[in-house]
Amino acid sequence: MAQPLAFILDVPETPGDQGRDPSPYDESEVHDSFQQLIQEQSQCAAQEGLELQQREREVTGSSQQTLWRPEGTQSTATLRILASMPSRTIGRSRGAIISQYYNRTVQLRRRSSRPLLGNFVHSARPSLRLYDLELDPTAREEEEKQSLLVKELQSLAVAQRDHMLRGMPLSLAEKRSLREKSRTPRGKWRGQPGSGGVCSCCGRLRYACVLALHSLGLALLSALQALMPWRYALKRIGGQFGSSVLSYFLFLKTLLAFNALLLLLLVAFIMGPQVAFPPALPGPAPVCTGLELLTGAGCFTHTVMYYGHYSNATLNQPCGSPLDGSQCTPRVGGLPYNMPLAYLSTVGVSFFITCITLVYSMAHSFGESYRVGSTSGIHAITVFCSWDYKVTQKRASRLQQDNIRTRLKELLAEWQLRHSPRSVCGRLRQAAVLGLVWLLCLGTALACAVAVHVFSEFMIQSPEAVGQEAVLLVLPLVVGLLNLGAPYLCRVLAALEPHDSPVLEVYVAICRNLILKLAILGTLCYHWLGRRVGVLQGQCWEDFVGQELYRFLVMDFVLMLLDTLFGELVWRIISEKKLKRRRKPEFDIARNVLELIYGQTLTWLGVLFSPLLPAVQIIKLLLVFYVKKTSLLANCQAPRRPWLASHMSTVFLTLLCFPAFLGAAVFLCYAVWQVKPSSTCGPFRTLDTMYEAGRVWVRHLEAAGPRVSWLPWVHRYLVENTFFVFLVSALLLAVIYLNIQVVRGQRKVICLLKEQISNEGEDKIFLINKLHSIYERKEREERSRVGTTEEAAAPPALLTDEQDA
Amino acid sequence: MGGSGSRLSKELLAEYQANPFKERICRVFSTSPAKDSLSFEDFLDLLSVFSDTATPDIKSHYAFRIFDFDDDGTLNREDLSRLVNCLTGEGEDTRLSASEMKQLIDNILEESDIDRDGTINLSEFQHVISRSPDFASSFKIVL
Repeated sequence: MAQPLAFILDVPETPGDQGRDPSPYDESEVHDSFQQLIQEQSQCAAQEGLELQQREREVTGSSQQTLWRPEGTQSTATLRILASMPSRTIGRSRGAIISQYYNRTVQLRRRSSRPLLGNFVHSARPSLRLYDLELDPTAREEEEKQSLLVKELQSLAVAQRDHMLRGMPLSLAEKRSLREKSRTPRGKWRGQPGSGGVCSCCGRLRYACVLALHSLGLALLSALQALMPWRYALKRIGGQFGSSVLSYFLFLKTLLAFNALLLLLLVAFIMGPQVAFPPALPGPAPVCTGLELLTGAGCFTHTVMYYGHYSNATLNQPCGSPLDGSQCTPRVGGLPYNMPLAYLSTVGVSFFITCITLVYSMAHSFGESYRVGSTSGIHAITVFCSWDYKVTQKRASRLQQDNIRTRLKELLAEWQLRHSPRSVCGRLRQAAVLGLVWLLCLGTALACAVAVHVFSEFMIQSPEAVGQEAVLLVLPLVVGLLNLGAPYLCRVLAALEPHDSPVLEVYVAICRNLILKLAILGTLCYHWLGRRVGVLQGQCWEDFVGQELYRFLVMDFVLMLLDTLFGELVWRIISEKKLKRRRKPEFDIARNVLELIYGQTLTWLGVLFSPLLPAVQIIKLLLVFYVKKTSLLANCQAPRRPWLASHMSTVFLTLLCFPAFLGAAVFLCYAVWQVKPSSTCGPFRTLDTMYEAGRVWVRHLEAAGPRVSWLPWVHRYLVENTFFVFLVSALLLAVIYLNIQVVRGQRKVICLLKEQISNEGEDKIFLINKLHSIYERKEREERSRVGTTEEAAAPPALLTDEQDA
Repeated sequence: MGGSGSRLSKELLAEYQANPFKERICRVFSTSPAKDSLSFEDFLDLLSVFSDTATPDIKSHYAFRIFDFDDDGTLNREDLSRLVNCLTGEGEDTRLSASEMKQLIDNILEESDIDRDGTINLSEFQHVISRSPDFASSFKIVL
């Protein structure tokens, strides 16, 4: 039928050739393998008597071609071709996977992005040649490909080879066989009979040692994993409630780590030395009643817990110059320890380390949770990525199905809304309601701040009796109740708002709650550093501030317990018995996380005045973990709103870093640089500001001699001089700007590549449509040929009769 | 290890009775001819793919094969509709309505079918997955 054509590269020589319909019999611009394929297929089709069905051309929009029709009604032959397209075989056949990884290994070795065209003379589309068209997958071909892959793997380094093997989506048995085959002979010293007895002995001994070390390492690793606290509890929570509730408990664990780090530094450098060299107590220690646990005053006052206890002299001074009044008792080692400097620098360094750790974890979490272009494609991402495989209980699984269904319906509703926009009137009304609700919530926050201010002024004006320490608890109680009640009010107000996007709703609620807490904390900071310092002149105001923060922390914990009890346990009992609802109360993640952040902010605010406060916070966090876990498992169900767990951890860490830690750092800087320390207690009692301690020490160093003169120089030109800070900020800004430009450039490249891919897709559809037309024409020609031969076969008798006659 | 010693039939996978994809998982990982039971090595494969240290490449590859209900190497409309039904629940009152399903599948194809052929192949699927940072942590089983 057709003459086999000599292969010619598929490059159209003249633009005039584009318009004609190609056919494999007379066109010289058809790819060699396609031509072969079409021949085979047409032979098969003729033998099996397949009938090509009629197809209708789908008329679509002008610029976009589509396939003739959905695949179900295409011809079997075309289906066979479609099924063996490389983009489909890679998803299901082993041979294609092995080929793909062979190519990747080759690329890795040659470090080139495209295979060299020189190797592929006979193809215009090198990608097609690389995968063979699996019309007839034989085992022999797969073995050939496997041996090629093994050869490539052998030429890689061992670590690279293992990494490559680990990344292949093949089964374990196949990976093991590949690894065995690709192991180079010199790596095989396992049990080989050596050429000399001594050599094999050494080899076996070395091998035994390596094995022993390896198993020891594995045992240590598994022991370390078993030691991780609460592993089983977290797994249970994740299995029953999903990743979003789990993120709250993981955040709690992170906070524990931060506090432990802080406490370690403080104990090692401040509390330890002070406990080793206790100062003389001012008077007889007061009797311990039970109220100290709540108020922090009383018998806790003159202990290492508060600032006032720390001495302002150099501890362990060698007996050269006896200080006035104090005894000269030489101690071990004779190493002097300058307490004021140690106090200031330890607090400074621990804040600095916390800052670095926090910024690093935030950046790391952001890098893991943000992807370029992750805001688009929300339907596909929800359908493909939202099933949490950690969930193992039937009830939880059904709940997850409910949640996903709700989410999908919400997404579709949002999409409908976006594509059928509201009228101007509707949008104005929506904006007005939104503005009103925001105004009301901000007004609530302001009202709470004013209430706290008024109440604290009232507390200052009314002098409390000496014996009535319980009066000190009133301010923390009032603040705690405001913190508890105002978010509920804001939530009620938010119910009036139009619900456009549920995820946005959650973020807005977090924002409002945060503004409220910041307003209250800001008022309290002004109250302490602005007013109390003035009122408590002549007394130890730092002790008072430290005690206040202790009281706030304890009261926060007590109110959290009450809230868990009433908000979750009692509510569940009421809703089950009285209201007869099957649904348990939801675990409100946002509110609980903000409570944790609030507690951590209080701790950071109080570290300067009460170095033992992180220990109190650690105990509080441990108790909170167990209380919340028990309450969760007994009373609550997972939240109905969808939570993207990775986004949430980033948001939590950002909230911890920016408003919380930054605010505490500003408070600390103000206290260190601007406020006059009290003159009767603490390590800074003789100085004008706490920062003076550093300056005094630098002056001592200057007087000490030329050997340490670089330190005062550093202090004068880098720390006190503002130019250095400006330089560092300018560098930081430059780096940020460069990063933004890089991301923008990457986005452009992604757009270009997407365009290229969709052009390739159009190519593919064009080719498939042309294949159809070729088949159809051939079929028509076949039928017409068969028809004419039949006609020709019938009347030859007549003709011959006529001719004879 | 190895061999036909003991096989785990899909009814015994207690951890996955609650998982709507349990049939597909069994089919994808099973190497027996009838594809209805897992040997120990298959189970190891399963755990290795679902573990913490599997690369996102491997996870997305196997996720694609699990979602490909008709095993033809692409996700067409039928596959997607069966996938959505698994996610929302098979009961009559839990399914999406026909118009919602059609709209949803249209949106999915609009967002992820880059070469506009009406199906999602492996590369397009991996591209969609790479945009979601949650995938690696949700496609995980904790032992």
